[in-house]
Amino acid sequence: MTPLAVLQPGGEAATALYIVAFSLFIIGLKKGTHPTTAKQGNMVAAAGMAVAVATTLLLDGMGNWGLIIIGLGVGSAVGFVASVRVQMTEMPQMVALYNGVGGGAVALIAWSELRHGISLGEDIPLEVLIPTLLAAVIGSVSFWGSNIAFAKLQDLIPTKPLAIPGQQVINVVLLIAILAACVDLAINNGDPSQPLFIGILIAAAILGNMVVLPIGGADMPVVISLLNAFTGLSAAAAGFALDNVALIVAGTIVGSSGTILTMEMATAMNRSVANVLFAGFGGAPAASAGSAEQRPYVSVGAQDAAIKLAYADNVVIVPGYGLAVAQAQHAIKEVANELEARGITVSYAIHPVAGRMPGHMNVLLAEADVPYEQLREMEDINPEMPRTDVAIVVGANDVTNPAAKNDPDSPIAGMPIIEVDQAQQVIVIKRSMSPGFAGIDNDLFYLPNTSMLFDDAKKAASDIAAEIQQL
Amino acid sequence: MSLMTEIAILVLAAFVGFEVISKVPTTLHTPLMSQTNAIHGIVMLGGLIVLGYADDGLEYVIGTIAVAFGAINIVGGFMVTDRMLGMFSKKPKPKAQDK
Repeated sequence: MTPLAVLQPGGEAATALYIVAFSLFIIGLKKGTHPTTAKQGNMVAAAGMAVAVATTLLLDGMGNWGLIIIGLGVGSAVGFVASVRVQMTEMPQMVALYNGVGGGAVALIAWSELRHGISLGEDIPLEVLIPTLLAAVIGSVSFWGSNIAFAKLQDLIPTKPLAIPGQQVINVVLLIAILAACVDLAINNGDPSQPLFIGILIAAAILGNMVVLPIGGADMPVVISLLNAFTGLSAAAAGFALDNVALIVAGTIVGSSGTILTMEMATAMNRSVANVLFAGFGGAPAASAGSAEQRPYVSVGAQDAAIKLAYADNVVIVPGYGLAVAQAQHAIKEVANELEARGITVSYAIHPVAGRMPGHMNVLLAEADVPYEQLREMEDINPEMPRTDVAIVVGANDVTNPAAKNDPDSPIAGMPIIEVDQAQQVIVIKRSMSPGFAGIDNDLFYLPNTSMLFDDAKKAASDIAAEIQQL
Repeated sequence: MSLMTEIAILVLAAFVGFEVISKVPTTLHTPLMSQTNAIHGIVMLGGLIVLGYADDGLEYVIGTIAVAFGAINIVGGFMVTDRMLGMFSKKPKPKAQDK
């Protein structure tokens, strides 16, 4: 009991404030779908969150203030520092991490709620116990799945699809075991076994690992978006368990809007969600390493590349994640400036998932002050490719691989690509011949009109700019 | 609140979520995902509630971690989204870019 306890849980005042909060979430999301209002929309949603948190702190029955302050303080500080320090290039894994801790919080809340229910010594009503179990399972899957996604994007573990023998069978067995354990707890709701509950958390953790590990890095954006929707649903389940309307509404909205976003993302990559989850990029063509016998390719230096570029009429720059990693935005802009000074038309071809997520590359290039009009979308630029004199690929790989169009057996078959292979000449700036994110060889590198320039993207770009200046 | 009322709210909220996110330009996918990610930080309320009535050592630990996780989700989520959306704010050009 504290002086702050002014609102009754489930009372009219508290509920009214929660309604204000989730209305602000909805308005914020709606504004988030338009470029001009998106930033404002994020602020509106954050204001809604402030209302929701303040309301909860004012509820009667709040206690353990010391611990609440520690939790709030430590968590806010970590979140603040992490989001200020993170590089723009690392945004996708940051989102994965934040999503993971959200799922982890739900799983822990479910555990605590179960202990609370047991300590009351009465039958736990099924309308509390069942959502608690749901929250525990989904939250745990989301926590571990997101951590694996983070580790893959951060290159802590191999980004290549990891084939686990009998993976589908193990997943089904795990799922059945979890369901059986949940049923057992629900039947014995007078005195549910806590060790069994912890077993469920662990089984769900393994399931989260098993589902995400086999998925290749190129599909990670879809996976993160899906796990994001999952965390929303687990929050809604926790809302049922705790009888909290703000959790139910906000969690459900994230669940459904996250599902739509996931499907739109998958469509942008010409993949279906089921395909991502169950076929992976692994499956049969994991043996594609067998076809990696030495094939001939042409390697050039910065000077040759500069000459090819300087005598072109139009040049298309295809930026990829390698450009972001090397922080080469500004150097590439310099090359573009030199070319434009010579009257050459320069445009940038942006693949929907250039970088590592839809829209990621636009953020990076905007940072380097590349004019918005020069950024062209894939569908828009592909028809112009045959008329392009030189396409210069900077740190992009899989999104330019013609195998997606030509080889129905390729793991990336059907994925939309930027058709640089149609251009008159192609220059690929890359550090080595190593395969890209999807872990497969790129046929583009071996085409007769392709020249490889092996170097760090930033250094290569400044070298080329300097060479053009001297021509 | 009765269970059926809660389910009614859930169904309506699901439709709101579907409707709000419709035909989003690709450029906004990542920021929008990040914003919905921040919104599910609402789970921190659950953390506060269970920590509020926690009464043994393990529950103190679980509850505090849950609140901290939720706070990371909220603060980090909204701040990262704001940084991503920086690209849409009209920044004054350092110098007029005439050809």
